Amino acid sequence: MENSIKKYFPLFVIPTLTAFIISFFIPLIMGIYLSFSEFTTVSDAEFTGFLNYIKAFSNKEFLDSLWFTVKFTVVSVVTINLFAFFLALLLTKNIRGRNVFRTVFFMPNLIGGIVLGYIWQLIINGVLLNFGVTITYKASYGFWGLVILSNWQMIGYMMVIYIAGIQNIPTELIEAAKIDGAKGFQVLKNVTLPLVMPSVTICLFLTLSNSFKMFDQNLALTAGAPAKQTQMLALDIYNTFYGTVGYEGVGQAKAVIFSVILASIGITQLYFTRRREIEH
Amino acid sequence: MIKRLLTVILTVAVLTMNTGCMKKASSGEVYFLNFKPEVASVYDEIAKVYKNETGKDVKIVTAASGTYEQTLKSEIAKSSAPTIFQVNGPIGFASWEKYCADLKDTALYNNLNDKDVAITKGDGVYAIPYAIEGYGIIYNDAIMRKYFSLPNKSTSLTDASQIDSFEKLKEIVVDMQSKKKELGIEGVFASTSLNAGEQWRWQTHLANIPFYYEFKENLKEDETTVTKGLDKKEITFKFADNFKNIFDLYINNSVTDKKLLGSKSTSDSMAEFALGKCAMVQNGDWAWSQIKNVDGNVVKENDIKFLPIFTGIEGEENQGLCVGTENYIAVNKNASDEAKKNSIDFLEWLYTSETGKEYVSKRLGFNAPFKSFSENERPDDPLSREVIKWLDSDKNNIEWTFLSFPSDEFKNYFGDVLLQYTQGNLNWNDVKKTVVERWKSESNK
Repeated sequence: MENSIKKYFPLFVIPTLTAFIISFFIPLIMGIYLSFSEFTTVSDAEFTGFLNYIKAFSNKEFLDSLWFTVKFTVVSVVTINLFAFFLALLLTKNIRGRNVFRTVFFMPNLIGGIVLGYIWQLIINGVLLNFGVTITYKASYGFWGLVILSNWQMIGYMMVIYIAGIQNIPTELIEAAKIDGAKGFQVLKNVTLPLVMPSVTICLFLTLSNSFKMFDQNLALTAGAPAKQTQMLALDIYNTFYGTVGYEGVGQAKAVIFSVILASIGITQLYFTRRREIEH
Repeated sequence: MIKRLLTVILTVAVLTMNTGCMKKASSGEVYFLNFKPEVASVYDEIAKVYKNETGKDVKIVTAASGTYEQTLKSEIAKSSAPTIFQVNGPIGFASWEKYCADLKDTALYNNLNDKDVAITKGDGVYAIPYAIEGYGIIYNDAIMRKYFSLPNKSTSLTDASQIDSFEKLKEIVVDMQSKKKELGIEGVFASTSLNAGEQWRWQTHLANIPFYYEFKENLKEDETTVTKGLDKKEITFKFADNFKNIFDLYINNSVTDKKLLGSKSTSDSMAEFALGKCAMVQNGDWAWSQIKNVDGNVVKENDIKFLPIFTGIEGEENQGLCVGTENYIAVNKNASDEAKKNSIDFLEWLYTSETGKEYVSKRLGFNAPFKSFSENERPDDPLSREVIKWLDSDKNNIEWTFLSFPSDEFKNYFGDVLLQYTQGNLNWNDVKKTVVERWKSESNK
């Protein structure tokens, strides 16, 4: 058995490996190479060394949008997870029509980001009309608009993951805790929360990476207005790549930096939350 | 094991990258990447007719609105790359230079009315304009006549065509705005669309005028305002206050309150004009299809006319419309010789054969700058007719100096500060300062 697995292992790996190489590995290598060159299209690159990285870091918009993205990510990760967890707790109780509620909360997740962005732009502008302004009036309007939008979109999905986690908790553990005299909040803090840590890990990872690399919602809702003050990293990369002649390589360098940041945040976060997970 | 696997992966990766780079279009098929989505269906017909007449295939693909550069960038890297594509002027040419074939010896180039309009470098001719367009302030003469017949109007003028300076325009606009109820309009000007991606009428077209006059000062004989602008690493934005004059007039006498303009798009403004909610809108001859296709359109073909954009600059009584082009056609240098020849044949057929010319002038609606087009082979929609009338008049038409603006990013920064100024978050000095600074930083990139 062991032997035949070893023998046929390459054969079974080939399809996946080919797909992986074509759609991930080659683009990755090319992408890194392109970030060190000057080019118009991906096939006419000329090597220029670290020039693109120097330009990227001396670019004020890049640092501004990085800071904006960090602020946005922190706020939306906290709010999305709080709301999603709270809803999950509620909808695992015995309330009438909880399946309907679950479906309703999940549904925004099925709509594409561009459509959502335009819908929320209409709604927010409709509300702000009463005050005689639009969402482009102040950067903070765009910021909170984005937070509301991403909350609305992602809460449902995270809620489903939390629900699955909560339902997995053996009822006898909760019963035992109650017999020992634990009150509602104590049960939540000492039994439920530690046992849903695997879900927390997944949800934190998903919200963190989705918020950090958000693009279409940003493009549709504010497109960076006013004056690029609500521009997130992905949008800045896009604008650099297409907005200035000869700046394709700089955009590419920004994209590489972007993936490095994203990967390191993701890995650190996984490492820390994994340690809090417990076996039961 | 892992080491060997890595070696294999790397070799495969390097090999595919190399072959990817070396591939060239080998077939002789013509592939035209079209820039104008509004005429996409006409091009499909043209491809069929061409096939019928010559038996040759032409593949015409249209890039979605506002995504031409993106589409071209990915398409041209493929093995079957576009053989004919478009660049938007000298700046666009700078980015696609490596892909533009020399068109000096083609009949198409020799057919140009004015050979100076082509994009050249050294001895070579790399891109040829195929449509001349014009823009200004479009007005609805029915509403203007109604205003001029009012007994309590403040002006002594009797017809909109007598307006020949900013002073007169302002007097009339302000008076009309105060009588908007009597005139049955919601504002004199259509909304100044300042939504993201909808600001080109201001940061590009309107901005053309102050920069034209700035570069025109002390112009040497072998220079145009465009070539001079391309060489400029710094500007003074000398006529900023003239820009402010007309921009303030637009935003203060508009259908929409100025704080809400950030949500308006160009189609919103054109719809307002088509529905008779306003009397004037700044746009060009390409806008006719937008006006015509609005449901409930009340503007009559004979009532739609052009006025130059007056800004209060000395000598503007003789100013005409802004006439030029940013539609230049280029042939892909890396295509096979056969494909190159076929592409040029197709273009020559389109712009010289009877069938082709009929399509160009009547269906595509291009005012083509070629000798092969006679007087009566010009587009006949009302706005194009007006542009031709202005072209033939003795007024000084303004070049499209904006072709020399350093980058799209420059225009976006310009648009951004215009929006903030309109919302009252910036004063005019900040706008001026940003424009000057951004020109410097973008043109030194």
